[in-house]
Parts: sequence; structure tokens; C-alpha cells
Amino acid sequence: MIPVQHFLLLGALLFSLGVYGVLSRRNAVLIILSVELMLQAVNINLVAFAVYLAPDEFVGLIFALFVIAVAAAEVGLALAIALRLFRNRTTANVDEVDSLRW
Amino acid sequence: MTGVGEVAAFWILATITVGSAVVVALVRDLVRAVVALVGSFLGVAGLFILLSAEFLAVVQVLIYAGAISILMVFAIALTPRSARDNAETAMRWLALALALAMVGLLIAVATVTEWGPQAKEGFQETASAIGEALLNRYVLPFEVASVLLLAAMLGAVVMVRED
Amino acid sequence: MFSEWGQVGLLLALALFFPIGGVATSWLFGRLGLRPDRPNPVKEDTYECGMTTEGPTWVQFNIRYYIFALLFVIFDVEVVFLFPWATSLERVAVAGLVEVFTFVVVLLLGLIYLWRKGALEWL
Repeated sequence: MIPVQHFLLLGALLFSLGVYGVLSRRNAVLIILSVELMLQAVNINLVAFAVYLAPDEFVGLIFALFVIAVAAAEVGLALAIALRLFRNRTTANVDEVDSLRW
Repeated sequence: MTGVGEVAAFWILATITVGSAVVVALVRDLVRAVVALVGSFLGVAGLFILLSAEFLAVVQVLIYAGAISILMVFAIALTPRSARDNAETAMRWLALALALAMVGLLIAVATVTEWGPQAKEGFQETASAIGEALLNRYVLPFEVASVLLLAAMLGAVVMVRED
Repeated sequence: MFSEWGQVGLLLALALFFPIGGVATSWLFGRLGLRPDRPNPVKEDTYECGMTTEGPTWVQFNIRYYIFALLFVIFDVEVVFLFPWATSLERVAVAGLVEVFTFVVVLLLGLIYLWRKGALEWL
């Protein structure tokens, strides 16, 4: 049987890869992709805890289901905002989008 | 279902997932990053099956690998070609340090903590049990999720309209 | 011999092996010189159901594609929430029906709004 630490390590690796992606990327779409990676890691952790530590309840699974739903809604909206940004400023570089009005 | 097959499946799926995530975090081309992200979605779905959370694995494939990937590909196809280059910012060394520190902290916590008795054999997850839990105990998040989806739908369409 | 998911894994492995094996063997034989390799412009051309291609491939995408993909995502999530209700129908009885009805009505209102605003037109 696979000990639970293996799944937690996997989640930790995915999460930190997502963090690196969010902090070091310049393109807005890739930042959104890295946020999706972090949400995957969170889901793995939640489901591993639900299965290994509380097998009688489904709280972890239902939480993971809602995380998937929220992530779906959020990625749709975030990409729409990014597309609007491209159209208005014709740049995808988040470093150049640093003023609230121009 | 213990044994060699399970361990082998875990290592294969873990390699696929983490390898795809590394490609997403490091590659310069947008389209390759999306394809690698789909690979990581499928790896995570396999891990859910390994954890006996089969309904969630199906949901993962249906929503993430099925719908969200297409959404991302369309969003990338709509970005102007001049905006697709993706070099990294000057903050990447700081980001690398932070990511390493975070993974170190999480690994330390995961290995040091006493997780107590780990029972995996009794886990019976079926869609009907999840449905009952969703509609009896967790009905409030269920309804709030509908409002959230409504907000996302309207917000995104308002954002991308031509006028 | 295998457990159930082991059989699925075996099927997946075979499903991956057949196309990849074929393509890899063809490439390998090409490298080793065991198969003829005679490219000509007609063979290398892009396939478009037998017709000659016209126009560039890099066309400017319509924003409608994104809107439809987004609506698909939202309603896919809604369907995913409806699946567990469908499998536990008797156990949740009328209360479950009312709750799910509320859920569906909220999203239906959104769909009607989009319909009236013309977001569903394909032009």
C-alpha cells in the first residue's frame, strides 16, 4: 500500500512548480496555466487525505469537486480578462500592465 | 488491491504528472505548455483512480482534460502572435528560491507529522453516495456553486463582447 | 489474472503501443535504410480532403469560438453536478428535487440572459 506521504510529496512538487510558474512567467496566459497546476496539487492533497485519514466521510472528495468547479469558472473568467487585455493594450507582458489608468 | 501493480502505477503516473508540470513551468512556447498541462491533467486523473476516487477521476477528465483544455487552446489561438513569446522575468531566481523553500517546507511537514492509522481498505466511493452527501449535508455550497457559475458565465461574456 | 483496473491499464498500454509502435518502427526502418524514402512535393503537401489548399492557415480567430468554449465549460460543470443527483434520486426524494431545481433554474436564467443579449449568435 502506498503511504500517504507519497501523495503529499507529489502534491508539494506540483504546487511549488505552479508557484514558480506564476512568479517567473511574463505571459498572462501562462500564469493562469500555472495557477491551474496549483489547483491540481491541492486536489491531490484533498483526495489523499479523504481516502487515507477519513474514509467514512466524503468531505475531502466533495471539497475537491467544488475546487474543480471553482477552477473551471475562474479559468474561464481569467482568460476572458487576459483576452480583453490583449485587445486593449496589444501586449501579453504583465510587466507592462502596471498602471490603472493611462 | 495492494501489490506491485499499484506501486508501479503510482510511479508511472507520478512521473507523467510531475514531468508535464516541469514542462509547463519551464517551456517558452505557449502551445507546448498547454499540451503538457493536458498531460498533467490526465496524470492527476490516473492518480484519482489509484486513490479509488473514481467519480472524481471521471469529473477531472470531463472538465479539465475535456473542457478547460479546449478553452485554453482557444484563448491561446486568440492571442496575437506577437504576444506569444514567453521569456522569464528577472524575478525568476527569487521565484526559484521561493519554490524550493516551499517544497522543502511541505516535504518536511509531510514526513515529520504522525498521520495516525491510515485506513484505505474501507473506502467505498460511489456517485450515489456523493450525490446524497451533496444534496443533504452540503446543499449550501451546491447552490452557491450555481451562483458562481452564473457569475462566471455572465462576466466572461461581458468581457469579450465586441462592443 | 489482473485486477479490474489492471485490465484497463493493460488496454491503455496496448492502445498506446499500437500506433506508437507502428510510427516508431517506420521511423526506425527509415533511419536504417530498410524502407524507401522518396519525398516529392505532392506527397509533402498539406491534406485537405483531396483538394488543393488555398489561402494561409494562420487565420484570425473569431471571438465566438472562445464564448462557445466557455459556455461549454460552464454547462459541463453543471452536468457534473447533476450526475450524482441522478444516481441518488430515490434517496433524496422531493427535497433533492427542489434543490436541484433551484440550481438548474439559476443557470437557466443566465442562459436566457445570454440568449437575449445575442451571445449565442454564430456570425
